Amino acid sequence: MTDTQPTTRPRPDTRTQPTQRTCPFSPPEGYRTLREEAPITPVTFPDGTDGWLVSRHADVRTVLADQRFGANRRPARTDAFAPTGTPVPPPPPGMFIMMDGPEHTRIRRLLTGQFTVRRMRQLAPAVERIVAEHLDAMASAEQPVDLLRDFALPIPSLVICELLGVPYADRADFQRNSGNMLRLDASQEQVQQAHLAMNQHIHELVQAKRAHPTDDILSGLVQDGRLSDEEMAGVGALLLLAGHETTANMIALGTMCLLHHPDQLAALRADASLWDNAVEELLRYLTIIQFGLRRVVREDLELDGHRIEAGTTVLASLTSGNRDADQFTGDPDQLDVQRPYSPHLAFGHGAHQCIGQQLARVEMKAALSALFDRFPSLRLAVPAKEVPMRDDMLIYGVHALPVTW
Amino acid sequence: MKVIIDEDKCVGAGQCVLAADQVFDQREDDGIVVLLDALPPEEQHSAVEDAAARCPALAIEVLK
Repeated sequence: MTDTQPTTRPRPDTRTQPTQRTCPFSPPEGYRTLREEAPITPVTFPDGTDGWLVSRHADVRTVLADQRFGANRRPARTDAFAPTGTPVPPPPPGMFIMMDGPEHTRIRRLLTGQFTVRRMRQLAPAVERIVAEHLDAMASAEQPVDLLRDFALPIPSLVICELLGVPYADRADFQRNSGNMLRLDASQEQVQQAHLAMNQHIHELVQAKRAHPTDDILSGLVQDGRLSDEEMAGVGALLLLAGHETTANMIALGTMCLLHHPDQLAALRADASLWDNAVEELLRYLTIIQFGLRRVVREDLELDGHRIEAGTTVLASLTSGNRDADQFTGDPDQLDVQRPYSPHLAFGHGAHQCIGQQLARVEMKAALSALFDRFPSLRLAVPAKEVPMRDDMLIYGVHALPVTW
Repeated sequence: MKVIIDEDKCVGAGQCVLAADQVFDQREDDGIVVLLDALPPEEQHSAVEDAAARCPALAIEVLK
């Protein structure tokens, strides 16, 4: 290892977690073997340090809910995924998904009131209006249409911009930056630059809102006064990133998945009341956070008979846990929109469980149900194997989805 | 059935409201759980158990 080592972000590989998918909708096949034979398995990270990967639903829940496993990586001496064992920096201001305990609670609680079930349900008619406008535009567009670009991405993007108070006109900038943050082949410099640009952008907005507050989350945070400008910029960038990439990919990949399962689509057409359940099933089945969530052990402990030392990195695989036959009735490898609900891991678990999950549910249901209503003959415009999949991104999905009807 | 909630643990995910909105609500200002009925009637029991199972922060305790 020398300083001339390429600084490309190391792609997770079989030393750490399975990555080879045989089906575009299913996690890499290797997880099944891990769940059956080595549910808590030792792995070696790119910097050469040893850690663990947990693949069963129950263990993933334990790791994510137990305070002894920290989201702040600082107890580890090095960043396990950096190629040369870079020391772990403190979480950037506002980056509460990388904080634990009172620090995390202090920031998260300033936001939770904005994302309650009631508020998100009140937002549903506005989301449905945005969906309808985009379906109208699609109907008059020349076919084929890229469903990701023209439908799946703009809907959550418009909604999160509106909620946060970010001008939607700036979307080209922040979508490019968020793309760079999620690309597995981006260099660390590119990731950092994208991060800085995003923060800088929100920082400027925060200052503008101090002078002219409007009715949105950033203005609310400015008026509340409990976060520094740097923290507000970090929080804003995080919500902006999380609020559109994830849901956009669930809408596009969910569409492709339903087109591939006509029996499931027929069940939804026969009974529209199944949509809420179908959204949960798609979230479980597709689990687009494709690599394990990282936690660092804060004190020596034992997990199912394995001794794990303080400072060790543990990966909790959401995608594997969501296919665990011990948790879900029937065959968890089948998409079944009528499967009885069982708690899934698509939004994570524990104190960091997705703050925007109710918004994601509202957006997915509004978008998918209206899309299939409006275009009953919707189909892919290319063979499924030609759809460019996001194997190269931290959040899975499609790079484009050409459709016709 | 008796329901006990721990506000300090609650992370405002809203899963309990989805599971059992007759029994759980969220505070307007910070999204923290509000217990509407600590002694829910029998027809709510399975929904309450579902809520406890969903809660990511293990903030709901059910005594039987």
